[in-house]
Amino acid sequence: MIGDYTYSEFGSILAMQGFAGLILFSVFVLMALGLAIIFGQMGVINMAHGEFMILGAYVTYLCSTFVSATIPAFFPYYFFVAMILAFCAAFALGVLVEWAMIRHLYKRPLDTLLATWGLSLVLQQTYRTVFGAREVGVSLPDWLIGSLPVTDVVEVPINGLFVMALTFVITAVVYLLMYRSNWGKRVRAVVQNRTMAGAVGINTRMTDRMTFGLGCGIAGIAGSAFTMIGSTGPTSGQQYIVDTFLVVVFGGAASLLGTIASAFTISQAQSTMEFFMSGSMAKVLTLLAVVGILMLRPQGLFTLKIRR
Amino acid sequence: MMSVQNLRVSYGESEIIPDMNLEVAPGEIVAIMGRNGMGKTTLMKSLIGIHPASRGSISVAGTDVSRLETYQRVEKGLAYVPQGRAIFSTMTVRENIETGLTVTGRTKVPGDIYELFPVLLDMKGRRGGNLSGGQQQQLAIARALASNPKVLLLDEPTEGIQPSIIKEMARTLRRIRDERGLSIVVSEQVLSFALDMADRILVIEKGEVVHESPRDGIDEAKVSRFLSI
Ligand SMILES: Nc1ncnc2c1ncn2[C@@H]1O[C@H](COP(=O)(O)OP(=O)(O)OP(=O)(O)O)[C@@H](O)[C@H]1O
Ligand SMILES: [Mg+2]
Repeated sequence: MIGDYTYSEFGSILAMQGFAGLILFSVFVLMALGLAIIFGQMGVINMAHGEFMILGAYVTYLCSTFVSATIPAFFPYYFFVAMILAFCAAFALGVLVEWAMIRHLYKRPLDTLLATWGLSLVLQQTYRTVFGAREVGVSLPDWLIGSLPVTDVVEVPINGLFVMALTFVITAVVYLLMYRSNWGKRVRAVVQNRTMAGAVGINTRMTDRMTFGLGCGIAGIAGSAFTMIGSTGPTSGQQYIVDTFLVVVFGGAASLLGTIASAFTISQAQSTMEFFMSGSMAKVLTLLAVVGILMLRPQGLFTLKIRR
Repeated sequence: MMSVQNLRVSYGESEIIPDMNLEVAPGEIVAIMGRNGMGKTTLMKSLIGIHPASRGSISVAGTDVSRLETYQRVEKGLAYVPQGRAIFSTMTVRENIETGLTVTGRTKVPGDIYELFPVLLDMKGRRGGNLSGGQQQQLAIARALASNPKVLLLDEPTEGIQPSIIKEMARTLRRIRDERGLSIVVSEQVLSFALDMADRILVIEKGEVVHESPRDGIDEAKVSRFLSI
């Protein structure tokens, strides 16, 4: 017996909370991937990242209402198109923002922080004006509703499984882009040594713009996934931005694997603890643990072993 | 192949190169010598565009490049091996060379580059940062050659390299020039290396050419006096 629970009940609780944690993990990973690309690769702290995610969520919402009103037969599959559109919208906005704002601020991290924070407020207000202050939700197609029973007491929701599979695919694609494509090679060269990257013939400005756009685009996809597990409001993005920063810093900004490992640790810790104490208490404990570990390993969980 | 006219380069108020003129013929190797702090690196950086000149013109094969950005100058045929090499240390040897291919639109490293530097072929999967200084120097040259340059700029390639390898490097650079017909501008402090590889030697002091002579018939004693004051 543990408290009021039997061992088997306790095991089930851990399993269910663990699974709930996995969904949180998926959103964290998608959010953190975008943020890590932008922060780790370009040194820009994008405070508006949550709003890019919400843009993706709103695009998904628009898609779902549009499809169910005009071509209901297509409804079961609308989500895939919505995801692509969410990526495109966030990517385009990201490129625009980079061109109009970020590129003038590369050497001034503090100003970037303020500027993107301002941008996040502007975007929130825009969402409020366009979509209203009330939270909106998308209706899921039938095949995503329900859950699979694993044992008598443990069941896993299908939409959660779907979000996880999606996260897996996108992480793989990002990995291939960064480490197996020519474009990724250019990005990594610019990150390592901007001046020298230019001197071997890489158009560093264009690379920056595309990198920023990609990071934002992934946030858009995260927003798409987010609509399945929460409802979307103008400020929904804000709740995720701090956690996501935590994930990125904890993981070691330049490492994809570190980002994933740290998203996993943090989401599992939070979700498991949330069952036994209040949500904010769980958050405080997670934060304390992360700060403690970062004091011992300021470079984050993962780093490359090379001479510099 | 490269023509530099009335080049002025300064850092803020301090003028490092007041008025530089330089003509480099196709296939010529020019060594620019000078003591520490005389402006060799500054000249190289302004040629490739990392630190743009405040006045003057630079043209490569007849095209004016002095208003272009660094990567555009590489497109026009300049390539740069910086002092201290600046290879991308977390990227593999092969990836490092591939970054140089960007302006050519190719994706595979041509075999003749590995032929010039066989050691790079053996180590192509290793991270650049884990190579020795001499190997990194070869890698930096290979990366620059990957963009198929008309003019190769080398800033003190012999720094921190042992004498026997320096001799070898002079041979390799001459071979590169013979095979590819490109021009090379190299900044140097080691006179023997400059004599081994250059066709013409310039000595600069405070950014101005104080002595100039073809390799043949050069007054070695005079040049080394300039370098040892
Ligand atoms: N970023 C900079 N800002 C201000 N002054 C600089 C800067 N870089 C170089 N200088 C100055 O310009 C002058 C020329 O420096 P440069 O690096 O071109 O010399 P060098 O001939 O390459 O010397 P070395 O043989 O030591 O490499 C020096 O007086 C140096 O102090
Ligand atoms: Mg120098």
